[in-house]
Amino acid sequence: MSTTILAAERLNQRFGGIQAIDDLSFALKEGEVVALIGPNGAGKTTLVNLLTGVHQPTSGRVRFEGVDVTSQKPYQAARRGLARTFQIVQPFPRMTVLENVAAGALFGGASPSVAAAMDTAREQLEFMELAQFADRPASALTLAGRKRLELAKSMAMRPKVLMLDEVNAGLNSSEIDGALRLIRKIAERGITILVIEHLMKVVMSLAERVLVLHHGQLIAEGGPKEIVRNSKVVEAYLGQKFADRFGGEAANG
Amino acid sequence: MKSRWLPYALFAAWVVVLATTPLWGSNYIVRVAIMIAMFTGLTLSWNFIGGFAGYPSFSTAAFFGIGCYAGALAQRAGVPMVLAWIVATVVVGAIAAALGAIILKMRGHYFAIASIGIVEVARLIISSWGSLTGGGDGLNVPLMSGGPNAVARIFLLVMIVIMIMSFIVTVIVDRSRLGFGLRCIQQNEDAANMVGVNNRLYKVIAYTLSALFCGTIGAAHASWTGYIDPSDSFSILMSVKVPVMCLLGGPGTLLGPVIGTAAFMMLEEVFWANFLDYNRAILGAVIVILIFFLPGGLLALRYRDIARRFGLLREPKMAA
Amino acid sequence: MVYVQTLVNGIVLGALYACLAVGFSLVWGVLNVINMLHGSVIIFGGYLTFFAWHSYGIHPLFALPVVAAFMFLIGYVTQLLMINRVIDQPVLTTLTLTFGLDLILYNFMTVYYTATPRRVTLDLGALDLFGIAVPVDRVFGMVLALALTGLLYLVLRRSRIGRAIVAVRMDSAAAALMGIKVDRIYAITFGIGALMAGATGAIFAMVYPVTTNLSGTYLGKAFVVCVIGGLGSVPGALAGGIVLGIVESFAGQFFGPQHALTVGFLLMLILLVVKPTGLTGIKGYE
Repeated sequence: MSTTILAAERLNQRFGGIQAIDDLSFALKEGEVVALIGPNGAGKTTLVNLLTGVHQPTSGRVRFEGVDVTSQKPYQAARRGLARTFQIVQPFPRMTVLENVAAGALFGGASPSVAAAMDTAREQLEFMELAQFADRPASALTLAGRKRLELAKSMAMRPKVLMLDEVNAGLNSSEIDGALRLIRKIAERGITILVIEHLMKVVMSLAERVLVLHHGQLIAEGGPKEIVRNSKVVEAYLGQKFADRFGGEAANG
Repeated sequence: MKSRWLPYALFAAWVVVLATTPLWGSNYIVRVAIMIAMFTGLTLSWNFIGGFAGYPSFSTAAFFGIGCYAGALAQRAGVPMVLAWIVATVVVGAIAAALGAIILKMRGHYFAIASIGIVEVARLIISSWGSLTGGGDGLNVPLMSGGPNAVARIFLLVMIVIMIMSFIVTVIVDRSRLGFGLRCIQQNEDAANMVGVNNRLYKVIAYTLSALFCGTIGAAHASWTGYIDPSDSFSILMSVKVPVMCLLGGPGTLLGPVIGTAAFMMLEEVFWANFLDYNRAILGAVIVILIFFLPGGLLALRYRDIARRFGLLREPKMAA
Repeated sequence: MVYVQTLVNGIVLGALYACLAVGFSLVWGVLNVINMLHGSVIIFGGYLTFFAWHSYGIHPLFALPVVAAFMFLIGYVTQLLMINRVIDQPVLTTLTLTFGLDLILYNFMTVYYTATPRRVTLDLGALDLFGIAVPVDRVFGMVLALALTGLLYLVLRRSRIGRAIVAVRMDSAAAALMGIKVDRIYAITFGIGALMAGATGAIFAMVYPVTTNLSGTYLGKAFVVCVIGGLGSVPGALAGGIVLGIVESFAGQFFGPQHALTVGFLLMLILLVVKPTGLTGIKGYE
């Protein structure tokens, strides 16, 4: 039915003696919303870095729309339609909010001119409910605002795949609800989304499919409901003992 | 809101002031005008890499010096003067592009040191290569015929034309995708790459632009003075003065380099005339004051606030 | 035999370079400031030593500690009053500020001392070691330079202040949380940088002519040594100094002395491109 848009094929990444990503393969299908979870240090951000050309894998391939893009540079990834947001927000601090978004439209979204980029940026700010802040400097926004700005900037790049690296970290619960609503709006536009998350609430309500990463390996994959029952996942998060007990209770109950 | 045409009007007025100096000023004034036009061209050039892209380049003297020698050698080989300047421009541009591709991998301090190293190495190569460049003895350049006043007028116009050309390129860059991308790089290089800016390419273009007119100006300067030597052509002092002028005016703006150069050069002339022995120290003091009291340059000063403090403007109503 | 002589000359030169650059390297590594004043402070130290010897007959060996202590004070105050105000700003700002201060110092020295080269002549003759001639004043300079560099190493490793400097170099925010007064450590570090420059000036006054014309050259050497040896490390500066000394010595032998400097700078540019952490690859101040 739907085709594979982004695929990792047997990716390996070693930093010195550390195997950050270990023989990892997965595929994203066009238009789906997938969550990537895993304990701290599992290699989630490293994986996104490999997919967007920040690091080159030690071995393995990345395919985007069937093309081998393993050795791409970050700017090439952006122009192809592979956009990402950062765990730590990365605005252009002395530009206005509008100009920040226009940068995404101009370079990643291939707007024909600066003026056209500004128009696209205005639309995106409207869409992301940031329009009232358009002429403020980006550094004046709150954390939640800056996270939303990251989203708007990525959207202006007209992405085909959007990777969201902990867009909810550090937000309070009403801000998280707002962000969730926006992510759903993005998904409705048919953009493939890979959400990297800690918060199970977000994962459960957004994702159609969940990938679980532990020590650089993909240890489980499936729908959100089955994932939380998977003993390997529980073990990765909570340790062996707890998993045994939890598994036993699940078997008895 | 700043009006859109104001920078252009101010620039045009300044061009008129400089160009008419032979009509109302002494030979000394004309000479100062030539130097101001020349340094404005250098500062506008530096603004591409130092102001727009925010890279601390101290290579200006290398490009100026190579331009001096390329132009002088071409002229001595019989190439007509204006063609020799074009040759120098192209040579310097090509060298800058090649060097830029290598050193723009570095950032911050390392880039700064490498850009200073380029000046030193260029000077040492030119002074060691005696068979071609005359070494430390320097080179004579064919002088233009005509009286000194006529020659000065011609070079005043030449330097003003180069200054206008570098201003036009600045305006074009400022409005284009290139200028936008360089500003992104200046504020957050990694984020710029992530939104799709080809950082390496953009930085190399900015570095090359920062060199081109330095080459032209160097060659024209060599033709004007008729004699060049390595220590004058490759002076570290020039490499530092030019960024200071740009910082004084306001880096990364259209008019900042023009205003900064004009203010600095006129101050310097006053100091030269009155405190000959201490002109370097005074330059040093200007730098120190600039860094402590004018961190964003003259353009960033809040003239409205100053005017208000002195009672020249009425207090504004609080904005809602 | 010619090569052994060249090698020995290079090592003697290298020890002097190490002492010249180690303070610059410390300031760069800890404060993240390129101190353009360094060359002129060396010359300043040289002048003070020269005049102590010339006017009052004070032996440079006795002048050295006084000059060094004086420079420490000047460095401490300069950092606290001036450089500290812009310590967090980009390279362009800090570098330009120290360059401005350098212009002031340089200008006053040329006015008061003029550019005439002066030198302390101790006439100690030359040592002859199996046919290799080494002037005694140079050996004396080398021993002093090595002793001072070694002393700095010990101070950084053993003393409380030294450990605090190392801590600030590694992570100033964490050091501040541990109760270290970072501003004070910055000032002390800058003071030590000036102290080493002043001491180097005193040593150089016995070996080389003292003239303001050389301040840029010395600053250039400090750059090159830092890039070769890697930033902010005493062993790095020592290795960088000796490598540069040997390279210059052989370059002078093969291409003529006027090219020795060019080769040093070329080496620096190549290293900057190929291996910016320096040959030793040491990053921390250990």
